[in-house]
Amino acid sequence: MRADMPHTSTQPLLVVQNLSVHVPAQGQLISLVENVSFTVGAQEIVGLVGESGSGKSVTAMALMGLLDSPGVRITGSARFKGQELVGMPPRLLRRLRGRDIAMIFQDPMTAFTPVYTIGWQIEEQIRAHTSLSRKQAQQRAITLLAEMGVPDPAQMAQRYPHQLSGGLRQRAMIAMALSCNPSLLIADEPTTALDVTVQAQILELVRGLRSSHGSSVLFITHDMGVVAQTCDSTLVLYSGRIAETGPTADLFAHPSHPYTAALLASIPPITGPRPAHLPTIASAPPTPHTRPVGCAFAPRCTYAHTPCTTSQPALVPISAQHAAACVLPTEGTPLPPRLGTVQTAQAHSAPHQTGTTPL
Amino acid sequence: MSTCAPTPPTAANATPPLLDVRGLYKTYALPRGQKLKAVDGISLSVTHGEVLGLVGESGCGKSTLGRCLLRLTDVSAGQILFNGQDITKLPERALRPLRPHMQMVFQDSYASLNPRRRITDLLAEPLRVHPTATGQKRSSSAITARLHELMERVGLPLSALERYPHEFSGGQRQRINIARALALSPKLIVADEPVSALDVSVQAQIINLFADLQAQLGLTYVFVAHDLAVIRQISTRVAVMYLGAIMELGQTDTVLHNPAHPYTLALTQAVPQPVIGAIRPPPLRGDIPSPVSRPAGCRFHTRCPIAQPLCRAEEPALRQISTHRAVACHFPLA
Ligand SMILES: Nc1ncnc2c1ncn2[C@@H]1O[C@H](COP(=O)(O)OP(=O)(O)O)[C@@H](O)[C@H]1O
Ligand SMILES: Nc1ncnc2c1ncn2[C@@H]1O[C@H](COP(=O)(O)OP(=O)(O)O)[C@@H](O)[C@H]1O
Ligand code: SF4
Ligand SMILES: [Mg+2]
Ligand SMILES: [Mg+2]
Repeated sequence: MRADMPHTSTQPLLVVQNLSVHVPAQGQLISLVENVSFTVGAQEIVGLVGESGSGKSVTAMALMGLLDSPGVRITGSARFKGQELVGMPPRLLRRLRGRDIAMIFQDPMTAFTPVYTIGWQIEEQIRAHTSLSRKQAQQRAITLLAEMGVPDPAQMAQRYPHQLSGGLRQRAMIAMALSCNPSLLIADEPTTALDVTVQAQILELVRGLRSSHGSSVLFITHDMGVVAQTCDSTLVLYSGRIAETGPTADLFAHPSHPYTAALLASIPPITGPRPAHLPTIASAPPTPHTRPVGCAFAPRCTYAHTPCTTSQPALVPISAQHAAACVLPTEGTPLPPRLGTVQTAQAHSAPHQTGTTPL
Repeated sequence: MSTCAPTPPTAANATPPLLDVRGLYKTYALPRGQKLKAVDGISLSVTHGEVLGLVGESGCGKSTLGRCLLRLTDVSAGQILFNGQDITKLPERALRPLRPHMQMVFQDSYASLNPRRRITDLLAEPLRVHPTATGQKRSSSAITARLHELMERVGLPLSALERYPHEFSGGQRQRINIARALALSPKLIVADEPVSALDVSVQAQIINLFADLQAQLGLTYVFVAHDLAVIRQISTRVAVMYLGAIMELGQTDTVLHNPAHPYTLALTQAVPQPVIGAIRPPPLRGDIPSPVSRPAGCRFHTRCPIAQPLCRAEEPALRQISTHRAVACHFPLA
């Protein structure tokens, strides 16, 4: 633990309420993100999961004040340590970014400039937000790289971004993001471009930030496996709206929105029986322009019936902190719990179809 | 250097395998005289009607191998036999009659479709260019009938034929690419990460489609993926690749359930599973070394949790450890 641990109060660090993002298109406002609410507690990792186009990045960018497309309208509230972020003057937001809230991305090259060394760029970041001398900042940059598991950090600090492997670059970016002890780290698909063995290392690093740096993390991913292995609580986004939210363990044990359940079922299992056919979800998600009236998932949902297509289902509580935006629980026909939710070393199914198999 | 595992002359393979690859190398020349061995001595065979999965992390040579197999790129050394015929050095003109039998489906569903042409034209093209098996030109009514059949096979409405590639979602476009690959009734399809770019909710549809077509048409696939779960779902056998070479080869179930190579084991442990349970520590430290300066001895030794001095000194050959299984490790786990 560090001496300069960020504050831990009983108030959640970030409270987002009814955050919506609209952009003008074809003479009208269309919503990219609609009424998203969640909290991030101290040292909590919150997962924001959804398919591409579901609004994950737009949500993160809106929180960071980084959405600058013409005519964009951000409404609702996002209180960070009690301060309202929505509508905050750009000058104040800029000061918050990098110091109190930091962001990392899928592609570390977007965070680094190619023409300066990694170490120099981290130093600059530190010096922009603290009163440390160049020498002290240099030392701190090397310490941070070491803390992020970069081998031979003093030497690595002198390398240029393109001279590092993907995994090391990701570690360097996290080091830079943490350089000013932000209380909140927003990580937008930080492992999507990495190979699984390297992803596993970065996930371990992110999980460890809670205790090593007292960080809270908003972790964005499209991968349900990554969420299960990393996040304390989870929000499932579908077409810009929350489909389901809850503690990760509850949500995976008892997915209560048909989308969450179907998505989990469609992932090919790595252990246990192998289905002859994977359960599928028909067609593809709608775009913000083609989102249907009522439940956005209704056209693909096996349980869809009239109430689903008339009005948008509200988020209804399943248990204390677990809620789903679906009419089924209120109608008294909730989904059954998911089977096989606990990791076991199950035996594999019968061997495969075809016959001869020479080497 | 990996030596090739000899194919046992059992009754089962009295007919030649559809694809037989022997000691294959593909070296890229880089600036400043450097050489990159993308495929570094690979031997394998694929029998009629089986699905061979190729799995490994990015840069291990899966795509290069796939392109070599179909002679879409020249080979540096080694031999490729297709249906018993050596195609390694065949000039394009001699390859032409074989092309209909070997097709490829790519990860990027859009890049492989000309955006300015309707689906009907894209699909009809190979049918116009290539004569039938008996050497005849296809009539336009025969082509139309074939297009209708293809649409049905891949689960698209006939109306799709009149539309352009950009009007489709990624999943639908991949169906179109599959239809095009099927047009000339191929024997072999090399599918290079065909579901990797798709949304999670769409992946399963396309995996099922590949599986159905394989069963219905008796196709043979070389199916490339970096996702072990996808490989497990689709493939009969699997080849696990690392830095241009095969680390382990065998029945998918056996290999994944009871890995013999420490790299295979690490891959199975690194897949984040969508279930709640004990969180596993990362199975490997460090990154994949550069293929330009690959480690001497066993190419995996820099990351291998069980490496011994022998591993640094001597490269293990891919050797058979049971009837249908080979592993390139001095200290196999199984
Ligand atoms: N600046 C923008 N202007 C208009 N539409 C946008 C803008 N940025 C993103 N979108 C649209 O908003 C939706 C959500 O995008 P995004 O948040 O990037 O999705 P995700 O990160 O979940 O993949 C998509 O349909 C995307 O096309
Ligand atoms: N045309 C090329 N010229 C030079 N190097 C290449 C070329 N194509 C691929 N490579 C290199 O060959 C190696 C194998 O690449 P590839 O076959 O694409 O791997 P994979 O498909 O497994 O990710 C990589 O190191 C890659 O950078
Ligand atoms: S509200 Fe209806 S359509 Fe939407 S998920 Fe629930 S059952 Fe399906
Ligand atoms: Mg995004
Ligand atoms: Mg590839």
